[in-house]
Amino acid sequence: MSREGWINALLLAGVAGVPLWAWAVDEPFTITLATRAAILALAGVGLNIALGLGGLVSLGHAAFFGIGGYAMGILASHAQAYDPIMEAPILIQGTKSMPVIWLVAVAAAALAALVIGALSLRTSGVYFIMITLAFGQMFYFFAISWPAYGGEDGLSIYVRNGFPGLNTLDPIQFFGLCFALLLLALLFSARLAKAPFGLALNAARQVPTRVATVGLSPFRLRLVAFVMSGAITGLAGALFADLNRFVSPTMFSWQTSGEIIVFVILGGVARTCGPVAGAALFVALEHVLGDLSDYWHIYLGLILLAVVLFARGGIVGTLAGRGRAHD
Amino acid sequence: MPAPRHKAISVTPILFIEQVLNGLQFGVMLFLMAAGLTLVFGVMGLINLAHGSLYMVGAFAAAAVAGATGSFLLALVAALAAAAAAGTIVELVVIRRLYHRDHLDQVLATFALILIFSEGTRWVFGSFPLYLNIPDYLSGPVTLPGGIEYPLYRLAIIGVGLAVAVGLFWLVSHTRLGIRIRAGESDREMIAALGVDISKLYTVVFALGAALAGLAGALVGAIQSVQVGMGEPVLILAFVVIVIGGIGSIKGALVGALMVGLTDTLGGVLLPALFRLFLDNSAATTTGSALASMLIYILMAVVLIWRPRGLFGVAA
Repeated sequence: MSREGWINALLLAGVAGVPLWAWAVDEPFTITLATRAAILALAGVGLNIALGLGGLVSLGHAAFFGIGGYAMGILASHAQAYDPIMEAPILIQGTKSMPVIWLVAVAAAALAALVIGALSLRTSGVYFIMITLAFGQMFYFFAISWPAYGGEDGLSIYVRNGFPGLNTLDPIQFFGLCFALLLLALLFSARLAKAPFGLALNAARQVPTRVATVGLSPFRLRLVAFVMSGAITGLAGALFADLNRFVSPTMFSWQTSGEIIVFVILGGVARTCGPVAGAALFVALEHVLGDLSDYWHIYLGLILLAVVLFARGGIVGTLAGRGRAHD
Repeated sequence: MPAPRHKAISVTPILFIEQVLNGLQFGVMLFLMAAGLTLVFGVMGLINLAHGSLYMVGAFAAAAVAGATGSFLLALVAALAAAAAAGTIVELVVIRRLYHRDHLDQVLATFALILIFSEGTRWVFGSFPLYLNIPDYLSGPVTLPGGIEYPLYRLAIIGVGLAVAVGLFWLVSHTRLGIRIRAGESDREMIAALGVDISKLYTVVFALGAALAGLAGALVGAIQSVQVGMGEPVLILAFVVIVIGGIGSIKGALVGALMVGLTDTLGGVLLPALFRLFLDNSAATTTGSALASMLIYILMAVVLIWRPRGLFGVAA
């Protein structure tokens, strides 16, 4: 196993081990923190496909995160009110079943990513950053000004949604569910990076003209990557909403987009487990520094600045040495 | 920063003209923000998310000085000076290490700067908003030709914004600094070889952009409350402006800013009125204002489909 492989194994063992320990000593709050880290890591794994493999700096992934969140909020709020979403031409009921909600969240986020990607990928570089940011804001303002689903106040869900055969109200079982999805996404992104598609995408990031010359369309490769990326981040959004039993327009805000990028960069761009390291560190800092000072964002800002200026490659990149770091 | 939206039942000509003026006022404010962003990107190739923080610094400096001295002019001077000083310090300490980095690093480092600026301001001034009063000689309405009453202060903002635009065009096209800025945009190695101190030029351009953002913050601070986080919504609109206008083009920033200002303001009034023609009143207001809040992003998408490099953009 390579050095990065060992680091990844240790990291995942840590993310799974901490809540197991907390479960043994009956500290449910720590389990919730670990669940939060796993879900945010999943959002980062989604972004990493676009950002790390595709080189697409999207500052609008909050759109997909929020769509996932609202997919959960809308379905579950209709189910808890016994009020169908639509009666004509076909009857559509709300649902409290996680697998159905996940499917809807992934499909909705993928569809949004297809439209946003098709428009934004006409441009590149700094235009792409700004356009994805603007699309994210568009969803944010829409969510604020559309009163049917809570507007600015958001939507609350009384009871966490269910998963067949599990008691999702038990923190450790819900953590297990989120962790399993995170592992699946990590496996998917690791396989993707080595698959012909991932190699072609990586090549399109480095020398698009050559990729075009051998008959592949860089635009189409990037669009597919962007859609997969958005879909995974959407799934994370649905889980995040379920963790809090609450969705609000904040999930769409551009700070959310910035934070998802921060997870990826803190951990290490294009490293399979980079987002896991980044999200775990972020949640830990939020918790530890948040206890020390009300103004913990200053310290987060300083740490982030130091990582960007001096520790290029993030945590995994610094520990594992130069590997497949983003250049 | 959006101008107040009237919940009128019908759109009269007077209301329409008022809203056009509100849109112009919003547009020239956006221009002050967008001009700095587009200059910094055009000359140094830097994407600066912390530009909104400089806007906030200007507003807070103005509110603090106005509170201490009672003078609005001194407050404006303080806003310009504080924002330019903050810009210079940030450029010397952080930004100049980012010029040769890729955009991702620039986005991240300037995102970190936002966190530091916002929390630092909250630390110094607290979480409660400050208020900056319009001075007596600029308060109250004036009667325009046609019997339209319009706040004098908003007219003054339009005047200041247009004056700054003219001054900026003159600076870029007729002064030695402007020649260097344009030369820096087209070939930075060449002007460095010709003996221009390029790093000093970069600091000056960055401080100039910061001062314009600070001025915008102070002027808007008198209409809205001065609070932490006020800069980011404006920053994002300024991004929309320069994407529409073409990054690096000051002319594009002006045209884009006026388009965005007018679209946002008029859309907020006209769309609900339009929907009222075929929907009942409350549904029309809901649908109309939800759509209006997305209108400028739709405008941006349309411009990009038509011209992926913006209206006045040059190929990168």
